Amino acid sequence: MPKDHEGIGASSKRREDVRFLTGAGNYTDDINVNGQAYVHFLRSDVAHGRLTKVDTSEAEGMPGVIRVFTGADFEGVGGLPCGWCVTDRHGQPMQEPAHPVLAQGKVRHVGDPIAAVVAETAEQARDAAEAIEVDIEDLPAVVDMKAALKDDATKVHDDLSSNLCYDWGFVEENREAVDKAINEAAHVTTLELKNQRLVANPMEPRVAVGDFNRATGEHTLYTTSQNPHVIRLLMGAFVLGIPEHKLRVVAPDVGGGFGSKIFHYAEEAFCTFAAKAVNRPVKWTSSRSEAFISDAHGRDHVTKIELALDKDNNFTAIRTETYANMGAYLSTFAPSVPTWLHGTLMAGNYKTPLIYVNVKAVFTNTVPVDAYRGAGRPEATFQLERVIDKAARELGVDPIALRRQNFVTEFPYATPVAVEYDTGDYNGTMDVLEKMADLSGFEARRKESEARGKLRGLGLNCYIEACGIAPSQLVGQLGARAGLYESATVRVNATGGIVVMTGSHSHGQGHETTFPQVIADMIGIDADMVEIEHGDTANTPMGMGTYGSRSIAVGGSAMVRAAEKVINKAKKIAAHLMEASEADIELKDGQFSVAGTDKSVAWGDVTLAAYVPHNYPLDEIEPGLEETAFYDPSNFTYPAGAYACEVEVDPETGKVEIKRFAAADDFGNIINPMIVDGQVHGGIGQGIGQALLENCVYDESGQILSASFMDYAMPRADDVPFYDVDHSSQTPCTHNPLGVKGCGEAGAIGSPPAVVNAVIDALHSGGHKVDHIDMPVSPARVWAAMNA
Amino acid sequence: MYAFDFERPSTLAEAEKALATEDAQALGGGQTLIPTLKQRLAMPSKLVSLGAIDEIKGVRKGDDGALCVGGGATHATVAREAAADYPALAALASHIGDPAVRNRGTIGGSIANNDPAACYPAAVLGSGATVVTNKREIAADDYFTGLFETALDEGEIITEVRFPIPEKANYQKFEQPASRFALVGVFVAKYADGVRVAVTGASEGGVFRWSEAEAALSGAFSADAVAGLALSADGMMSDLHGSAAYRAHLVGVMTRRAVESAG
Repeated sequence: MPKDHEGIGASSKRREDVRFLTGAGNYTDDINVNGQAYVHFLRSDVAHGRLTKVDTSEAEGMPGVIRVFTGADFEGVGGLPCGWCVTDRHGQPMQEPAHPVLAQGKVRHVGDPIAAVVAETAEQARDAAEAIEVDIEDLPAVVDMKAALKDDATKVHDDLSSNLCYDWGFVEENREAVDKAINEAAHVTTLELKNQRLVANPMEPRVAVGDFNRATGEHTLYTTSQNPHVIRLLMGAFVLGIPEHKLRVVAPDVGGGFGSKIFHYAEEAFCTFAAKAVNRPVKWTSSRSEAFISDAHGRDHVTKIELALDKDNNFTAIRTETYANMGAYLSTFAPSVPTWLHGTLMAGNYKTPLIYVNVKAVFTNTVPVDAYRGAGRPEATFQLERVIDKAARELGVDPIALRRQNFVTEFPYATPVAVEYDTGDYNGTMDVLEKMADLSGFEARRKESEARGKLRGLGLNCYIEACGIAPSQLVGQLGARAGLYESATVRVNATGGIVVMTGSHSHGQGHETTFPQVIADMIGIDADMVEIEHGDTANTPMGMGTYGSRSIAVGGSAMVRAAEKVINKAKKIAAHLMEASEADIELKDGQFSVAGTDKSVAWGDVTLAAYVPHNYPLDEIEPGLEETAFYDPSNFTYPAGAYACEVEVDPETGKVEIKRFAAADDFGNIINPMIVDGQVHGGIGQGIGQALLENCVYDESGQILSASFMDYAMPRADDVPFYDVDHSSQTPCTHNPLGVKGCGEAGAIGSPPAVVNAVIDALHSGGHKVDHIDMPVSPARVWAAMNA
Repeated sequence: MYAFDFERPSTLAEAEKALATEDAQALGGGQTLIPTLKQRLAMPSKLVSLGAIDEIKGVRKGDDGALCVGGGATHATVAREAAADYPALAALASHIGDPAVRNRGTIGGSIANNDPAACYPAAVLGSGATVVTNKREIAADDYFTGLFETALDEGEIITEVRFPIPEKANYQKFEQPASRFALVGVFVAKYADGVRVAVTGASEGGVFRWSEAEAALSGAFSADAVAGLALSADGMMSDLHGSAAYRAHLVGVMTRRAVESAG
């Protein structure tokens, strides 16, 4: 009998936390291969310049130095590939620059690796790197996106025609109709805003350990990755020319990713390459300072959005123009973020009939930008929910009523931006929020704040997101150079225990707890009988990893399909053992029984029979009980929610304090409510970080001004309130076997607009007619806006 | 970090001798120096830790009634042991950094470094304290000479800081959102012979006394007395976290709040 607290819907405690909290995790930096050497990368300290000299002769003679590598060593090797090709408004493919492992000819951002020293110790490698003589002929740095697109702008890549990666229109056929609707609208609200550049800053910096076995010719890369199979494919096929059967990629315990560990990085390719070149295992561990200038950054959009309404306040059209910063090179999935992960979400929760999204992606002399928790969807939500709030203020209508009036209410709903929402109940979710957040009590709380000299504001936000990133055929049509299915192998052992090998990857999500809950429910056994293996290409089927809130929706579904195959086979064995018809076999609470009789065999008896097939239908089925499934869903999933934030603004200093935060989410069915709470808490915290604190800033010369935690403000525990969260509004996904939608990014998507809307509301309550403040809404910015 | 020799003497005399080596550097709690070394931004020949010198670690009451804080006293020690005699100083110490910083960082290390956003310089200057070294006594007004600059000579060791205890005092810090150092910090202290107002975090020249506020408060120690005062933005720092005008404005706000809270 299963323990009744372990199946789907149980808040089982996270089993992985025992090892994480007791220091028993096995992170990549914990991996030390016998005989390993250490790498130090010499990185550019200028944003843009021509390399006129890289002299390694002195460094090569330094103590402990094994070899010094420069760009020249990688001339016969491929560059880092981009995994998504966007087609522009005119049907042309994006401009795609080369991305060498080590700089060749030019450096293009502060942090661009110029050379790498492999030495006996990390300090010796660093000493030698300082002895490398580098001459750089400075070139003007391209930092501002609009300036980068001027005809006379310096080019980041000499061989491209300009700094424009692509000019994307979506849906291009709707362009004129949208223009017409806006021209004819009763009211148009316009807002110009920035979605600032962020640094992901997972707690664990990146690490790579390359190892080469010269006896077998096999390479192994240990790396901090969210998707080891993707790294194996990209690095093996496009960079180093190593076939998969000679390349193993291991991503063990990974201490947070938030998207920044999806991508294939130069340091991974370097360590794999160098391990063979020097015939030694080679290890690189990023410092925090290095992370700021070598991990892919997030966001960095500059947008103008226009919302058209008719005389009855129905939304009639949306038009946006966005400049999206790609940085100096195209990171693995960078082109998809401002386009297919952003434009397709521009309908939000609303039945706006006409939408046109224009995105100009721009190369600059900055660190490459790619997916970061939410990836495109926070940018879409922020501009949409900010402009709706502004429209409500301009029109003098209640912001909730305006939203409710325009909600999509009938499902499935085909948006004018190419996606179909399968299910949702936006009014129902808003009902939950209004009650949970005690919105009717807000005016009393505002008066209480005013009595203490503080301005109180209420900010609302609704979001929809597309999760469970897939289906492969669709994303292939949109330019993805990868499939986006997921895989699982369910291996049942002879005595009934189960190992699930999933192609998805846990770096904080809690797979090791939630996935067994599903299996326990399906078979009726203890969750303790199920282990999850992930993160090693040698023992998991090829899968696409974890990002886009896809683990349970896609990876969990693959596991369910594999488990269904296992159960079907087990029923055949059980039927044989009980001399009954397979059609009459039922599985409940770990017992196979024959319908209408008292005959039954236990799960363990059947699994034993599978591996000790003395009494077994060998003429019908093979021994063993192990099945693999690859699941490719038919659609994205569409979690949605309504958030409310209350802030107090100190009118003397501009400091914002979040007093209350309520989040009502519809994630469909939920496997482990406690873990979902945690995901939402973390997401909101990260969103509050963006709204109030975090900001990655470059100066005009391309120097990064916020390159440490002294200037890059991470949210801390006392920056956030206790949250009220509720997931009771549930419309199960209609197209995956678990009815789940995904919850990993929702908080980060839904919270920034709620916070900023609240601050603007607070300022208006104090008589300050402020339309907008760009994030982070820092005390200095609030004060400046109040005193403009 | 680059390689260096390390000594941990247990007496001042030994420390003086150890610091006589060329490019030797004294190490207090290491809260600035160790990160600087890790970034290879400093290359001392020798680090001389002052952490084992018990004679400079205590907090005591001087014959003249001043609170005498040993140069090697940690912020946590001051927060605890100054609470009865000089609560404003203890409160300031208890809000520097986080517990790890407060249990390593020392008052001597802080004011020897004289970071323009550090809290302690405001207390030392705002109290008209005396910085005592192994060689001499330096009045606070003469001690702070600019950004990361002090009157200390090479190898000079801060042994004690003597704080005259005011009738009323308070420190108000507006935190820089990332580092949580003072974006603006104002220390106000009321003595029988007048009021001192010292400002940290704001000026391009480091900690300074706001003389107009001192004059106004010496006339009438009330928030109203400084309500009309506006500090010029000239010479104030401007960075990612706040313009010169914003910092100048905050000096006024923090000064009023310090006066209101002074006890």
